[in-house]
Amino acid sequence: MSLNSIYELYQTMERDHAMVSFKGEVTADLLNSVLQIMESKLGILEKSTRTRKKVYNVLVECLQNLYHHNDGIGSFREQSFSDIYLPKTSILIISNPDDYYEVKTGNFVSLTKVKQLEEKIENINNLNRLQLRELYKSILFKGEMSQKGTAGLGLIDIARKSGNKLEYSFLPIDENFSFFCLNVKIN
Amino acid sequence: MFKRENQLNNMENINLGGTPKTPSVNFNCENGVIELKGRSIPENSVEFYKPLNNWIEKYGENPQKTTVFEVKLEYFNTSSSKCLLDIFKILESINGTATEVKVKWYFEKDDGDMQEAGEDYQALIPLPFIMIEVEEI
Repeated sequence: MSLNSIYELYQTMERDHAMVSFKGEVTADLLNSVLQIMESKLGILEKSTRTRKKVYNVLVECLQNLYHHNDGIGSFREQSFSDIYLPKTSILIISNPDDYYEVKTGNFVSLTKVKQLEEKIENINNLNRLQLRELYKSILFKGEMSQKGTAGLGLIDIARKSGNKLEYSFLPIDENFSFFCLNVKIN
Repeated sequence: MFKRENQLNNMENINLGGTPKTPSVNFNCENGVIELKGRSIPENSVEFYKPLNNWIEKYGENPQKTTVFEVKLEYFNTSSSKCLLDIFKILESINGTATEVKVKWYFEKDDGDMQEAGEDYQALIPLPFIMIEVEEI
């Protein structure tokens, strides 16, 4: 990494109005720190309590998704020279480009789960506000809690709170993993 | 009289202070008021809520004439939403001849999301809900 690239990285983040960016493993401590930083930043920047709460809420669910569901473990071979270990690494960028906020996340998902996740998101994106609310209620009432304490409601809640469609893509990495990119816009 | 009933139940009240991720908890077996206040966003909410559920179940064996569940949450995560539902289900199961259960759901003015959340529980649980709008929780 050349020294110039530090400034390039800075400019990119500045252009995107990044508030917090992070790459690494989302641990409980990291999660707490990001929430704390964002709470104080939002407290200064955002006048509307309603928006502040929405951004915070979406962020909590996104962070907890990264914390609970990260399959990136193992290794893959890049350009057939070296094994690159894929730890439970994620990327998180929270930005305030204009009169709205964006929470972007990226993490490794095992290929076996891609289809199911994609269908889940497509289904969410095809529902209107009322239908999302009904789906949330039915999963809340019937769904079982996993051992990790996840309820399967995170993405639905993110869609409900943000009021926008979930933008996403899956980038193929190797025979085992895809990189799942999610962008949530809150306005 | 209250003391005697308390001994009969062999129960102690729960008083927990709030943290950045968990609500303050005030469960009072002497007046039948159980209150959650603040925010509830732990990664694994089961750990936090399990003892609270146990307390309510035990309280239900010898409850006060009226039981009021005061929910004063700023926000909660989806993991907590499931645990809250479990509390409502336990309260529903003890509601009847021994005690009359009421839910008071507080939400801040303009917080449509928390209002909706309360209405969602109201639709799922056959207990009387009172929705209360306040300036600040």
